[in-house]
Amino acid sequence: MGFLLGWGCVLAKKSIGPVRREFTPWESPDHPPFIEFRNVTKKFGDFTAVNNLSLKIYEREFFALLGGSGCGKTTLMRMLAGFETPTTGQIFLDGQDLAGIPPFRRPSNMMFQSYALFPHMSVEKNIAFGLKQDRLAPSEIGDRVAEMLRLTKLEQFAKRRPHQLSGGQRQRVALARSLAKRPKVLLLDEPLGALDRKLREETQFELMNIQEELKTTFLIVTHDQEEAMTVADRIAVMDKGELVQVATPAEIYEAPNSRFVADFIGDVNLIEATVVRKSEAGTRLDSVCEGFAIETNQTTDAGIGDRVWYAIRPEKVRIAHGRGEPDAANQIDGLVWDIAYLGDVSIIHSKVGKGDRDTILRATFANVSRMVENPITWDDEVVLSFDRDAGVILRG
Amino acid sequence: MDKPAPVKRTLGGWALIAVPYVWLLIFFLAPFLIVFKISLSQVAVAIPPYVPTFDLAGGWQAFVENLGDLSLENYLWLTEDDLYWKSYLSSVVIAGISTFLTLLIGYPIAYGMARSPQSLRPTLLMLVILPFWTSFLIRVYAWIGILKNEGLLNQLLMAIGIIDEPLVILNTNTAVYIGIVYSYLPFLVLPLYASLERLDGSLLEAAEDLGCPPWKAFWKITLPLSLPGVIAGCFLVFIPAVGEFVIPDLLGGSDTLMIGKTLWTEFFNNRDWPVSSAVAVILLIILVIPIVLFQNQQQKIAEKQA
Repeated sequence: MGFLLGWGCVLAKKSIGPVRREFTPWESPDHPPFIEFRNVTKKFGDFTAVNNLSLKIYEREFFALLGGSGCGKTTLMRMLAGFETPTTGQIFLDGQDLAGIPPFRRPSNMMFQSYALFPHMSVEKNIAFGLKQDRLAPSEIGDRVAEMLRLTKLEQFAKRRPHQLSGGQRQRVALARSLAKRPKVLLLDEPLGALDRKLREETQFELMNIQEELKTTFLIVTHDQEEAMTVADRIAVMDKGELVQVATPAEIYEAPNSRFVADFIGDVNLIEATVVRKSEAGTRLDSVCEGFAIETNQTTDAGIGDRVWYAIRPEKVRIAHGRGEPDAANQIDGLVWDIAYLGDVSIIHSKVGKGDRDTILRATFANVSRMVENPITWDDEVVLSFDRDAGVILRG
Repeated sequence: MDKPAPVKRTLGGWALIAVPYVWLLIFFLAPFLIVFKISLSQVAVAIPPYVPTFDLAGGWQAFVENLGDLSLENYLWLTEDDLYWKSYLSSVVIAGISTFLTLLIGYPIAYGMARSPQSLRPTLLMLVILPFWTSFLIRVYAWIGILKNEGLLNQLLMAIGIIDEPLVILNTNTAVYIGIVYSYLPFLVLPLYASLERLDGSLLEAAEDLGCPPWKAFWKITLPLSLPGVIAGCFLVFIPAVGEFVIPDLLGGSDTLMIGKTLWTEFFNNRDWPVSSAVAVILLIILVIPIVLFQNQQQKIAEKQA
């Protein structure tokens, strides 16, 4: 624990998002990684699933690999588990090169997407399976199984067979079985994909609690961005076999490094624009759809006249009738085009810009009261306003 | 848990379920009852060669009178001559050994098929079924040409110098084993393949991930999960093999004792229909009882799990 004190996160006056805990080993370049992918490439015939990828994951981290289907995230995890061999490159776990080590000798355990519970064994026997392979004493196996049953709240189901359990219970058996051997790393392959939404949310928090209790390194593969944001300390967004961005959930959301990430995580307005003025204090952009400019406190490497994209989240755009907020740095006139009423919020689509080069800007409108006088409705003329620091400039 | 509401069947619904029962009634139960009746009759020099015979002309009274002539004499006869119980025992032993050998050969075949690339499987399946396109009798006959002293097998082995003198295989029990294994292999491979193909590959990965080497995962995961296929396949081989007549007759020797051959001799050479019917009835009982017991056992396990 001592090492943590050394680089406990220094809180700036303004920081990006909530700081989960004072655990940021990735900010220190000297901190030894626990898992390291070094220039790993994996090809299946002509198809490159993972392309020259390097990644460091630290001990006790809850790390998420996030991406659409076919992005290589599962292949990356399966290479760590030993089910696939990298075409080139190396993988290290706790300082040990994993090359040539078969899956059954690796100190990692995996929770499978399908759970892969042994149908002919009871819950107890499923959990004990890995321990028996290690030839532990029966009394110790019994203790560990009991511990796992407690941890996953499965005590009363110990004697049941998998097909007698609900989806959520099976998921917990799979978790208990993969944790029973106290692996150095727990690999979770889309672990909550088969659960319904409510149960999935509950289970995400359960997973976090279990991870904090056991202090094991967790590596989760998921296509569900909310899941990744909820559970993970850091997220690696993957696309076409490459890492697009590796950062904390808040950084990924608030400071995406590309249009791909901005678009993949959450909802975003992407406004195509050109740089018209730049200084230390910020940048001024002209929207290509004419009729409005954007003032931002962001600096950019792009030169004057370069094409960029301004990414702004709908919840950072305020919408009002009439004069809007005179204090806001950016004020754009718009016409309400569509409204999606979601209960807690409404997403209001407004047309901004001139003539046929207009574009749609989405704004989130929190429904804070049940009754509103003069509500915003279709074809209303509105003013959309946002602050100088509300969005980010993206070059690609 | 709620009990499912009883299904109200329409006339059409009943007709549909009736199909298998009617089929079994006409093609299994009725012939069996005829055989059973003949087994209770006495041999006679007549056409058909037994008494009594029932006909409708005599009316009800004749029918009741004839009933009195039926007896269990033939069954007692079966216990008196040790040829019969020796034949039964020998048939069961030969069928058992053959089934075991078929399993030893069939399991790797089914396993290999289930593990082969998806695109190759229909072809392999076709190859397993292909021998059925030739008459069973001809295929067994062809084995005579292979196994006889100057047959293909001996010529081959002598040509490559493994043996100096021809092996005597034809007209021994070994030839019968070969014949049964060859003929019934597809019946074991097909159900076994079906159950192995269904096996979820991630179970084996999970076992390996938990520290179980692949060869051990086979014993712990694959084999137990393919057991229903193994049992179904073994039954499909064992049952017809017990009553097999063609293979022991063509490939077996004079000392190969199988109940099918005994029955043939009784029926065609001795023209003793009643005794051969009794032999058939006992054979059926020998086969049916263990199957029923096994089915019950399976049913109980299934109910326990549900």
